[in-house]
Amino acid sequence: MSEAVTQTLNIIKSNKLIAKYDKDARDIFGFWVYLMTDCVLFASLFAVFAVLRHNTYGGPGASLLFSMPYALVETIILLTSSFTCGLAVLSAQLKHNKRVLFWFIVTFALGASFLGLELNEFHNFIAMGDSWRRSGFLSSYFVLVATHGLHITLGLLWIAVMSVFVLKRGISDLVMKRIRMLSMFWHFLDVVWIFIFTIVYLFGAIRV
Amino acid sequence: MSQINHQPVDILVSTHQPEQVTLRGYVIGFGGSIVMTITAYLFARYGMLNKPVMVALLAFLALAQFTLQLVYFLHLGREFSPRLKLLVTVFMMIIVFILVGGSIWIMNNLDGRMMGTKVMIKYMNSQDGL
Repeated sequence: MSEAVTQTLNIIKSNKLIAKYDKDARDIFGFWVYLMTDCVLFASLFAVFAVLRHNTYGGPGASLLFSMPYALVETIILLTSSFTCGLAVLSAQLKHNKRVLFWFIVTFALGASFLGLELNEFHNFIAMGDSWRRSGFLSSYFVLVATHGLHITLGLLWIAVMSVFVLKRGISDLVMKRIRMLSMFWHFLDVVWIFIFTIVYLFGAIRV
Repeated sequence: MSQINHQPVDILVSTHQPEQVTLRGYVIGFGGSIVMTITAYLFARYGMLNKPVMVALLAFLALAQFTLQLVYFLHLGREFSPRLKLLVTVFMMIIVFILVGGSIWIMNNLDGRMMGTKVMIKYMNSQDGL
C-alpha cells in the first residue's frame, strides 16, 4: 500500500515537473512570437527607409553623412555584447551567480557604449543642422535607428533589473527563464542591427 | 493502482527539458559574425566591384550572418517535433518579404508615373503658376 502511495506521489511530482517545463517552454515560445512581430515593426521602418533613401531634398545623402569606421565600431561593440550575453546564459545554466553578474556587467557596459555612440552620432547630425526635419531620408533614418536605440535602452534596463534579481535571489527557475528571454531579446537586437549596418550604412556608402 | 500511466496533458510546446546552450555554439556564432561583418565592411569600403555585384555580395553576407545568429545565438531549429518556433519565423519572413518588397515595388512604380520636378515646374509655369 505504502509503495503504491509513493509511486502515485512520484507520478504527481513528475507530472508537475513536466507541466512546469512545458509552461516555461510555452512562455519562451510566446516571447519568440513577440520578437517575430517586432521584426514586422522593423520591416515596415526598413521599407520606409528603402523608399525614402534618395529623397534628400537638397540635404546630405547617406554617403556624405555617415562615417563607415564609426558604424563598424558600433557594430563590433554590439556584436561583442551579444556574445557576452550568451556567456551570461551559459554561466546561469551552470549556476555560477558571480560569473552571470560579471557577464551582465560587461554586456551592460558594451550596450551602454553602443547607445552612447549612437546618441553622439545623432547629436553630431543635429548640430550640423541635419536633424529629422531636414529631409525624408533623414526622417526615415532617425526613426529606424532610434527605434532600435529605444529597444537597446529597454534591454539595458532589463539587464540591470535581472542583475539585481540574480544578486538578491540567485538563479531560481523563474530567474533562469527570464535570463533566457532577456538573452533572446538582446540577440534579436543584434540581428536587427546586421540589417541596419548593411542597408543603411554599407549600401549608403556604395550609393545604392 | 499499479497501472497508472503517466500522460502529460495539453502539450503545445513539448521540450521535455529546457534547451541547453554550449560555449562552442556561441564561439562559432561570434567568430563567424565578426568575420562576415569585417568582410562586408572591407568590400564596401575598398572593393572595386560594380554595383549589382556589390549589392548581391553584401546582401548575401547579411543573410548569411542572419542565419548564423539565428542558429547559434537564438538556437533556432533545435526544438522538438511541432516546430512552432520555426513555423512562426518562416511566417515572419514571408510577411517581411511582402511588406518590404511590395513597398519598394509599388513606390517605385508610382515614382515612375510621377512628373519629374523640372517637368512639374515647367507645367506649372505654362499654367500661369497655378
